[in-house]
Amino acid sequence: MSEAFHHRIQEALLDERLQAALYAATGRLMDKRRSGVTAQQLPDYQQLRTHAHRIKQHTLENLDYYLELVERRVAERGGRVVWCRDGSEAQSFISGLARDRGVRLAVKSKSMTSEEIGLNEALEHRGIEPVETDLGEFIIQLAGQKPYHIVAPAMHKTRQQVADLFERKLGVPREEEIEKQTMIARTVLRQKFLAAGMGISGANFVIAESGAVVVVENEGNARLATSSPPIHVAVAGIEKLLPRAADLAVFLQLLGRSATGQPLTSYTSFLSGPRRAGELDGPDEFYLVLLDNGRSRILADREKRQTLYCIRCGACLNICPVFRRIGGYSYPGAYSGPIGAILTPQTLGLNHEPELPFASSLCGACAEVCPVKIEIPQMLLALRGEVKKAEARERRWNPEKLGFRIWAWAMQRPRLYELAGLATSALLEVDLPGPLRAWGRGRELPAAPARSFRQLWRARPRSG
Amino acid sequence: MPSREHILHRVRTALSRSAGQPAAPAPEAWLRPISMDPDQRLRLLLERFSGQAVRAGSPQEALEQVRRLVAGRQAVASPAPLLERLGILALPEVVPASGSVEEVRRICAAADIGITSAEYALADTGALVALAGPQESRLASLLPPVHVTVLETDRILSGLDELFTRLPDPGAVSSSLVLIGGPSRTADIEQILTLGVHGPREIHLVVLEKAS
Repeated sequence: MSEAFHHRIQEALLDERLQAALYAATGRLMDKRRSGVTAQQLPDYQQLRTHAHRIKQHTLENLDYYLELVERRVAERGGRVVWCRDGSEAQSFISGLARDRGVRLAVKSKSMTSEEIGLNEALEHRGIEPVETDLGEFIIQLAGQKPYHIVAPAMHKTRQQVADLFERKLGVPREEEIEKQTMIARTVLRQKFLAAGMGISGANFVIAESGAVVVVENEGNARLATSSPPIHVAVAGIEKLLPRAADLAVFLQLLGRSATGQPLTSYTSFLSGPRRAGELDGPDEFYLVLLDNGRSRILADREKRQTLYCIRCGACLNICPVFRRIGGYSYPGAYSGPIGAILTPQTLGLNHEPELPFASSLCGACAEVCPVKIEIPQMLLALRGEVKKAEARERRWNPEKLGFRIWAWAMQRPRLYELAGLATSALLEVDLPGPLRAWGRGRELPAAPARSFRQLWRARPRSG
Repeated sequence: MPSREHILHRVRTALSRSAGQPAAPAPEAWLRPISMDPDQRLRLLLERFSGQAVRAGSPQEALEQVRRLVAGRQAVASPAPLLERLGILALPEVVPASGSVEEVRRICAAADIGITSAEYALADTGALVALAGPQESRLASLLPPVHVTVLETDRILSGLDELFTRLPDPGAVSSSLVLIGGPSRTADIEQILTLGVHGPREIHLVVLEKAS
């Protein structure tokens, strides 16, 4: 395990306040989801999941067709598709456009894709002020941090910490009441919305046939960012496509419920091009940035292609026993939790954090709650296999392989196996020796039972 | 290679497809509108709407309801035919959302109340469907802290399935369709629900019963 990964996990595990907050927050989201998908609330839930999976599969298997279609339709509706191979191409396009139009201030609504490519840093670097306007994102931008959770970015912050931040960064009198803190953010951000020359949004879905982006939210900040400034730039990964608007009847039923238990969020915007002739308001210009950034590589892997089906609802994070302990900042990259554990190694490369696919108990809860039925545990296993193969190529001597060989050999010899079992239970009493000590850190081992299974079996009462 | 061609080439290689190849037939759209009679639609909408909903038996009553909600405060209204017909645009407190984009923005930003007419409402989720256009402003339902919508009963659909059956491509009629499922809300600090974070904290619906 890399030292940094290990260190981040330790830090999270030792922070008692964080542990309590994380457990409570993910638990609440889990409960909300559960009550949102009951047979009474959503009788078709399982069929909807199957259908959503099928639509994603179809779209991705014909992705080049839909990409060209969306490009045509966006153009027909007065906008423009911009193709970007990676983050730096997207950064240069957006900052170049801002410079051309004399934009100094850009308001942003929540976008994991823009986090993935470090858009804010790039804009700042080029003298453009990006302002996050989702309340949670605003807070973590002030704190100089990254989102803690896909749908609840400031999950780890307390109202006291928010009070400190607002006082220090906004120069307002200290305020610990959440409602009043929210109103402070409203006032500050309202001015930004009205002054901004550009609004940058993500896209939950991109509708090929309509040349439209769909943005799902509760606060209204995405509506403001896409309706008030004269330029709207939507940033979306190429995997966000859906064929037709009608497919939303499936996906919208799943997204809100899986994320926060809501049958429908407060706002779902379906935006197709800039303001049309005669329309009262809306942007003059509309750009859809379609980002590859490693996605076409994932697409080439038939088995792991379904990683791209993800609709970023966050349900797998909330239910994951590992995420619930180690939290969002332990994971490398922008995406955390089970989905991050399969996405990050495929986009940033296995070497980025080889231990990441192993940071899972493979309990399968993530696959059970996934609204598009991604087989996350299978993907994790496949990635583990790849990591091990790469390791085996690098060295001949493989202690793990040797260990399993010895185990297999002993397994076939009952007396020996029993002796080894006794030795192991004695070992559990003490600190693990040598190289095993690192493994033992952070793990609470169960006490060995007084009698082994074989002993119990021999002593069992026999009937008849 | 330009980025467009580069990405398309990579995608095609990944999928073993060639340029210009049509898509395989898409899975059928999953649209299953529930049949509901007009009374059921109205009843469900009033029950599920996540704000204050009132019925108005006549145009005069609808105007009265809106006047009561405005209560002397500064209001902006979309120049919609329904609002015009009901006399809402002629109320002394009401300024129409018209003029240049900048003027519309300024008027909406200054108003205490925004009045719009909804294109549709969805009975099963209680959501409003707002379509932007020459007679409907995006910002009138967003910038003021209170949003009032007027809707006629024959515009109530059963749900998303019926919406997309009627409007298979919303982009064909407007640059912006918004489903409004409730007031502006957040739970980003300690998961405590707070209303009105960026948009309206209060939403009201006046349903005008249309003689059938």
